[in-house]
Parts: sequence; C-alpha cells; structure tokens
Amino acid sequence: MIGRVLANGLGVIALLAVLAGLYLAFFYAPPDALMGDVQRIMYIHVPTAWVAFFAFFVVFVASLLYLGKRWPEADRLASASAEIGVLFTALTLIAGSIWGKPTWGTWWTWDARLTTTALLLVIYVGYLMLRSFVDESERRARLAALVGIVGFIDVPLIYVSVLWFRTLHQPPSLGTGGSKMHEAMLFTLLFNVGAYTLVYLFLLVKRVRLESLRAISEMLAVEKVRHD
Amino acid sequence: MAGLRTIYLLLAKDLLTELRNRETFTVMLFFAVVVLFLFHFSLHPEGGDTKLVAPGLLWLAVMFTGVLGLGRSFQAERENDCLEQLLLLPGDRGNVYLGKLAGNTVFMLAVELLIIPLFGLFFALDLWGPLLPLLAVALLGTVGLAAIGTLFSALTANLRAREVLFPLLLFPLVVPVMIATVTATSTVLNGGTLAEAGSWLKLLGAFDTIFLVVAYLGFELLVEQ
Repeated sequence: MIGRVLANGLGVIALLAVLAGLYLAFFYAPPDALMGDVQRIMYIHVPTAWVAFFAFFVVFVASLLYLGKRWPEADRLASASAEIGVLFTALTLIAGSIWGKPTWGTWWTWDARLTTTALLLVIYVGYLMLRSFVDESERRARLAALVGIVGFIDVPLIYVSVLWFRTLHQPPSLGTGGSKMHEAMLFTLLFNVGAYTLVYLFLLVKRVRLESLRAISEMLAVEKVRHD
Repeated sequence: MAGLRTIYLLLAKDLLTELRNRETFTVMLFFAVVVLFLFHFSLHPEGGDTKLVAPGLLWLAVMFTGVLGLGRSFQAERENDCLEQLLLLPGDRGNVYLGKLAGNTVFMLAVELLIIPLFGLFFALDLWGPLLPLLAVALLGTVGLAAIGTLFSALTANLRAREVLFPLLLFPLVVPVMIATVTATSTVLNGGTLAEAGSWLKLLGAFDTIFLVVAYLGFELLVEQ
C-alpha cells in the first residue's frame, strides 16, 4: 500500500519535473547562436539518450546480478529496464532525426553514434523477443541475462568499428573540448536529464511491481491447483 | 590436455557425421552459390565498380551461409539428448563450446575456400595476387562470426521460433566483425598489403578474442541444468 503511494508520488514529481523542464527549454534557455530554435530539441534528445544508455547499463548489471545470485527480482529489474530502454532509444532516434533534418540536412546518416544507437535498439528488441519466446521462467531469466550481458559488451565494439569506418557526428555537447555552453542552457539540459531520469525510475518501479504481482498470482494459481 | 582431447573428439565427431550424411556442408555450399547469383542479378555490378561492392557481397554471402550452418550446429545434439551426454564429459564445459566452434569454423572455412574462387570468377576479380592476405582476413573473420554464432546457436537451439530468433540476435552483434572483415578485404583486394590492412586485422583479432572469451564463459551458464 505504502509502496504504491510512494510510486505514484514519484510519478507526480516526474510529471511536474518534465513540465518544468519543457518550460525551461522553451522559455528560459536562450536560442542557440548558430542553430537557432532547432537546438532546443537537444533538451529532449540528450536526456532520452542518457536514460536509454543508463537503462541498458541497468540491464547489464541486473543480468550479472541474476547470474551470480539467482534472484528473480534481478531478472524482473533487467526485463523492466530493457523495455524502458527500448522506448527511450526509439525516442532518442526520433528526436535526433527531427533535429538532424534542418541541421545536417538529412534525417539519417551512418555516423558512429547514430549507428550504435540504432543497433542498440535492434539488440534489445531481440532481447525482449527472446524473453517472449521462453515460457519457463528460470530458463528465460538465464538466457536473457546472457543476451543482456553479451549485447552490452558488444556496444563499445560496434561504436569503435563504426567510428573507424566513418564519422561526422559533432563532438558531444558536454565534456571534452568544443564550444563552451551558456549557463542557462547547461542548467536546462541538466534539469531535463534529471526529469527524464525520474520518469525512468517511475516507469521502472511500476513495471517491476507489475512483474512481481504477476509472479505472485502465478504462484497462487499453482498452489490452488495443488489444493484442488 | 584433457580439454584439448575433448575439443579434438568433438571436432572429429562433427566431421565424421558430416562425411557420412553430407547434409550441412552441401547445403551451405549451394546456398552460398545461389546467394552470389542473386547478388549478381540484383546489382549487375558490371564494369569498373565491382571492387567497391564485391567485399561486402562476399561477406554477406558468407554470413547468410554461416547462419544456415551454425543454426543447424546444435540441432543434431538435441536428438536423443546428445547435448546432455556431451556435457557429462569430464572437464570444463567450455570445452564443448570450443569443440563445436572448431567444427563450425572448419565447415565455414571449407565453404569459403570453394566460394571465394567462384566469387572471383563471377565478379571478374584477380584473387591470385592478394591470396595470402585474403586468407588471413578470411580466417580471422570466420573465427569471429563462428565464435558468437556458436554461442547463439546453442542459446536458441531449444526455443520456439529459433529460426527467426537466431539471426535476429546474431546479426546486430556481428556488426563489428563484419565491418572489420569487409574493410580489410576491401583494402587487400585494392592492392593493399597486409600491413595496410593491419590495423583492421588487429581490431578483428581483438574482436575475436573478446567474443571467444565471452562465449566460452557464457556457454557454461547456458547449458547448466
């Protein structure tokens, strides 16, 4: 009961944070000197990308944890995080394309980061499909954990190989070198990263809870059959 | 040493089975030839630009063929609970993986030895000059494809819809190997030496090593009862 109130409270806070983040993105942050208003897509694009990568990192850690400890909870966490990761990867690609069209003049280019993100989507859609094809829960968890780990290890390999192959992506907006970001822009960006991380956590809590309830109901059904 | 013996015995078993029924190799070979036909007719790369598309086509043909052969790799072991018996072999279970991998690599290399000359013939390429570098690239690329392919073949062997799931899981993961192999082949075919393709070969070697280690460790978890 308390868990549900907390989860819903988190949802309300996440919603408010996203609305505030949108307000900041549209009214507080100044337009970009070179790209103009189009650049405001960054306030969605970068946070969704961050959440997507973070979600797959959680899948990786939860998969390792499952293989080590065999906690069914770790498997539920991995599964939930993979679903949200796929959702946010798709959002990242869509937002990136919308930004890419006016800025680069093309919806799509075979640059290292784009290609890696697209392949990430395919890898984890495969992960989810694998889960849906195995009925027995212990085996599903074991096989999925293996794919979750191998898939995650593969991501930097894909990135390096495509980077060597060809690349034209601009350097990351944050961090090493490059142009310095306006303070208001940086604040807006970080605020949005926080807001979408809250959305991720809310969805994750809800999804894990749903899976736990499903596991309990399955257990009860089995017990009932045994009694009858 | 017992581990090496396990690997050798598994390889010998797979080769003997193949010699008796000639199922996998024949299918793979003719499949590869048909794929090359299809590529030729769908792209009709006559004229000067053959060398641009040829390496990619060759390795696509090899990969599709590999999926066909690798997918069957653990099918035979399902009958009469053969896999369970293999797992009873003394020593590390990863050796069973290495044994199956050895068999798969040999099958794929055998197919490549036949289709690479055919490929040179169809697409009017001179393969004699860069023969040795080409073989080095083929060896490294094949090990990479087979390393990850054998793991996922075992992973999907007992699943519903494994025919669709196997390539779906495998293709995105072998992208690094494909990029490195195709680019190295391209360098070699365009008159580059091994040294010029060297950085790609090193990268390919690194990918092979990573995939081998991960798959070796992963196989243990995969087959536990």
